[in-house]
Order: sequence, then C-alpha cells, then structure tokens
Amino acid sequence: MVTSITSFGRSGLSDWLVQRVTAVILLAYTIFITWQLVCGTDYQQWSALFDQTWVRVFSLSALLSTVAHAWVGLWSVSTDYLVEHVLRIKTNEFLASRANLLRWAFQGACGIVAFYYLVWGIQVLWS
Amino acid sequence: MLQVSIYRYNPATDAEPYMKDYQLDTGGKDLMVLDVLELLKEQDTSLAYRRSCREGVCGSDGLNMNGKNGLACITPLSETVVKSKLVIRPLPGLPVVRDLVVDMSLFYHQYEKVKPYLINDEPPPAIERLQSPEDRAKLDGLYECILCACCSTACPSFWWNPDRFIGPSGLLQAWRFLADSRDTAEVERLADLDDPFSVFRCHGIQNCINVCPKGLNPTRAIGHIRNSLLAAAT
Ligand code: SF4
Repeated sequence: MVTSITSFGRSGLSDWLVQRVTAVILLAYTIFITWQLVCGTDYQQWSALFDQTWVRVFSLSALLSTVAHAWVGLWSVSTDYLVEHVLRIKTNEFLASRANLLRWAFQGACGIVAFYYLVWGIQVLWS
Repeated sequence: MLQVSIYRYNPATDAEPYMKDYQLDTGGKDLMVLDVLELLKEQDTSLAYRRSCREGVCGSDGLNMNGKNGLACITPLSETVVKSKLVIRPLPGLPVVRDLVVDMSLFYHQYEKVKPYLINDEPPPAIERLQSPEDRAKLDGLYECILCACCSTACPSFWWNPDRFIGPSGLLQAWRFLADSRDTAEVERLADLDDPFSVFRCHGIQNCINVCPKGLNPTRAIGHIRNSLLAAAT
C-alpha cells in the first residue's frame, strides 16, 4: 500500500492540515498583494515594501505554502489518475503498463519545479 | 410508450458490452423501475439483474437509472424518466458480472476493513450492555445503511481508488462504530484510518448524499471521523 512514505506528511491527517493551513496563508498573502497593487505602486514604493524584513518573511512563507500546497494537491491528483486501472480505461495498455513510471516521473517533475521556484524565490527576495 | 435502453453484457457470448433498446407499454401507470425490469424480463428472459425484497430494504437492486444511482424498486418512473426515455446501467465503477449484475467484492472488502462490529474487551455484563437514550440517538442516521453501494459507486474518489479509499458507505459504518458508546476500540479504529487514502481521499463531492436511498449523510460522518482524528492527534 502506498502510504506516508510517498506522501508529503506522515499521515493523511497531516497532509490535510498542511493543505488547510497553507490555503489560509496563501489567501492572506493574495489579499495583501492585491491590496498593495490596487493602492498603486511605482518602483520606489514596491522596492521599499520589499526592503522590509516582515514582507520578505511573509513572501517566503507564501512561497513555502505554495510548494507544500501544490505538492500535496498534485500528489493526490497523480495517485488518482496516474494509476494502472484508470490509465487502462482512459488511455491504452501501453501507458497503463507503465503507470508507476509515469506517476513517479510526474511527481519527480513536480518536485524539481517546486524546488527550482523555491530557490529562485529566495534569491529574488534576498538579493 | 416507454423507451428503455439497458446495458447488456454476457461475458460468455459478447465480446463487448452494448446497449439494448426495448419498448414498453406502461398503461399510463407510474411503475417502479423494478416493475419495468420484471415486465421486460417477460419479453427477454436473458436479462440479468439482482433483486430480492422489492421494497427498499434489502439493497440488492442498486442501479444507475438515467445517470443517477438508486434502488430500482423504490424509484418511480415519474422521478427518473425524461421524455419517455429510461437508460439503465449497472452501478458504475465495479466490474460487471453480467448485464446489470456487478461484482461487489471491492465494496465488501472496504466494509470489512472498518471492522463493522462492536469491539469491547470489558467483561460482558449478565444481561446486556446498556446504553443511555442519548448515546443510542447518536447512532441514528448511521445504523440504517443497507449496504446497497449506491453511494460508493457514485463517488469519483472510490472510482479512482476502490482498493484504498474506504468509500462513503464503509466510512459511514466506521463512524457508526466509533460513535457507539459500547465500543472500546476507538484508538485502534482511528489509527487504522489515518493514512492518506482511507478517509482523506474524500474531497467533499457529496454525490453520496445525493443518491442515498435511505437519506443518509456519509459526508457528515466522514467529517466526524476527520474531527476525531484531529482531536486524537492534538
Ligand atoms: S449510505 Fe445509503 S447509499 Fe450508501 S450503502 Fe448505505 S444505504 Fe446505500
């Protein structure tokens, strides 16, 4: 059985909690950024905003939340659809017989993209 | 004239499933879908389906009627027929044995996993384990399930993971025993459910509530299980 080894957290409950908590952080950040944009920003204001440590920390927490939220969500999607019996119905025998490989490739790609954005985001915030 | 289209498949003779059309004169009566099947079986004796009590108690004739799961015996034509047309298919997501008869093994396997019986390691009292009326009331809306599988086979999460997601019906029963004041295995029961699939594949789609012929609410029971897992972890 595929259990906590491949999922983000140690249990279904922690995955579920991660999903809820990160959603709240992302909502707060979205409102914050939208509000800033609506108030109008030029380069000076924008750069002054991101000079403040709390804004960087808040942005980083939003970035980490995106990574965690996306990982839990896409892991769920891949274990729903990229499995043998679903691929057999939706596609063909060739893909179905390679379901595990496809799923791991998809999860690997998600992981790499998430890692890339995280490192890049940190660089942007602290440079 | 009622146009009925029925899913047919006999693995011994058919290479593939197909839809077969029938015409039926209902005499203007608002028959139950099961009555329609009985009348059609007089025309075509090869038609296979399950039935037993014919009054919504046994749960044998769960079918997909015009796209919605339900019990054929308590679904009147007036509730399901659109423009004199009725399409009957087997419950979705389970292997078809023949025509409208599905193999329920996966469904029962998930039911078995939740240990659907009282576990109590305290010595049994002389007569019976008593329960207060309030505690007994907690089982209302749970014990009535007849295991017809209409809900689980309407659930996309169960379609994708029938081997790992317990499904609405099994989870309703899991909560039925978790909620029972006479059961002492709460910790073990919860531990068995705390993986990413058993409970947490429920995404709150709520098809289960929509189709349950007994008017039960598996989504609410799943919410209770989730809250209990949360309470046990904190
Ligand atoms: S909860 Fe309702 S739909 Fe599901 S198996 Fe029980 S009676 Fe049938």
